[in-house]
Amino acid sequence: MTTDTVVAADAAEPIVPGAPPPGPLWLDFWRGIAQDNPVMIQMLGLCPSMAVSNSLANGIGMSAAVIFVLVMSSVLVSSLRKVIPNEVRLASYILIIATFVTISDLVMQAYFPLLSNTLGPFVPLIVVNCIILGRAEAFAGKVKPLRAAVDALGMGVGFTVALCSIAAFREVVGNGTLLGYHLFGLNYEPWVFMIMPPGGFLTMGLGFLFMGWWGERKKAKLAEVTA
Amino acid sequence: MTGHEHAHGAPSAPTPDAGSSALRLTVTLALFGALAGAVLAYTYQKTLPPIRKFAGERVEIAVKEVLGAPAKLDTLYLVGGKLSKAPPAGVDPLEAVKVFIGSNAQGEQTGAAVEEAAPGFSSDVHLMVGFNPSTSALTGFKVLAQTETPGLGDKIVKDSSFAKQFPGKLANPLKGDKNPTTDPSTVQTITGATITSKAVIKVINKAVETWKPRLDAYAKGGGQ
Repeated sequence: MTTDTVVAADAAEPIVPGAPPPGPLWLDFWRGIAQDNPVMIQMLGLCPSMAVSNSLANGIGMSAAVIFVLVMSSVLVSSLRKVIPNEVRLASYILIIATFVTISDLVMQAYFPLLSNTLGPFVPLIVVNCIILGRAEAFAGKVKPLRAAVDALGMGVGFTVALCSIAAFREVVGNGTLLGYHLFGLNYEPWVFMIMPPGGFLTMGLGFLFMGWWGERKKAKLAEVTA
Repeated sequence: MTGHEHAHGAPSAPTPDAGSSALRLTVTLALFGALAGAVLAYTYQKTLPPIRKFAGERVEIAVKEVLGAPAKLDTLYLVGGKLSKAPPAGVDPLEAVKVFIGSNAQGEQTGAAVEEAAPGFSSDVHLMVGFNPSTSALTGFKVLAQTETPGLGDKIVKDSSFAKQFPGKLANPLKGDKNPTTDPSTVQTITGATITSKAVIKVINKAVETWKPRLDAYAKGGGQ
């Protein structure tokens, strides 16, 4: 767990202090889905996860926009890491992110107008999504573009998995449908509360509870093995 | 883990000349800004036609729905308090205040459709309202935009039995009642969504009250 043990695996790339330790690419990808899941573990991007998770279609649309912005800005931040002066790196990162967000917003409005209508202001708000600036600052700005892209993709998929499971749960319970298809017949009286904001808090709380329990169980098993 | 390396953000960049110079910082940011601006301007140019096309189509679909697919559809624009066939100068026809007139195959006017809005429970309820300007009888309405409570207020969109009551009702003015009714100018409000239902009624009355005199004046003037 300490940076002292890190050996320069790639001689061409000087180790930037605070950079993620070198490791296999699959780990960079897997980290975002499992042990560093942006929503469930890092608790980042909770605002969109709450606001647009009332139906699975919204969740998928939002996730697609986030993956696009995350991957594109991570690659660009990483490619430009030697050009961007350290003092203005945050301003530059935000500029890069805002550009990709605006592109995705315009493209959505033009080609997926109905989705863009229901997502409303939450697509433009990806600019201030902590996942993206967080990855640019903690990862992409310190590694080569390939690792940055793989990491961004992992984080994006992790966000998708978290957001879509919350959204699917809320839509099934709160509206009796999944992607618009009625699951329980028309006589089912949906638990409307679940697609309203309090239902979002409740669903996320349950999700965090499950993740916490899972983590504790893993720790206990590990302690048992070492004991 | 000592934690010191993380406390003050990233340390200086690897190359020694990579920092400090105010000129370098300014030039880099300005260059990035210019590049981003160019990329966005290009994207905007490319996406503007489909965005406008959709906005126009959306209104057209709503108009056809509330007027029952008229054989002919005319657009009149509001210019200086009067209706005119020509859009006001210097205003985007998509943005201009307008009324759509539907006619049947014989050329008789069957109804007029206008966009109107009023505050509901948690948002402005935007409707396309269709009515017959000579009798004030409604031909229907379509919700263009709303963010009312899911499961309650949004029944004005999802519950078709609410919208079905409106065609044929007289807006002189239209009233709402929580009990079933046969009155020609009263509709039944949705249980649990009285405020939103009343907002729909308010929008319809507002539309008929504002636009009927304008349409009457236009008809008297011989359609000029």
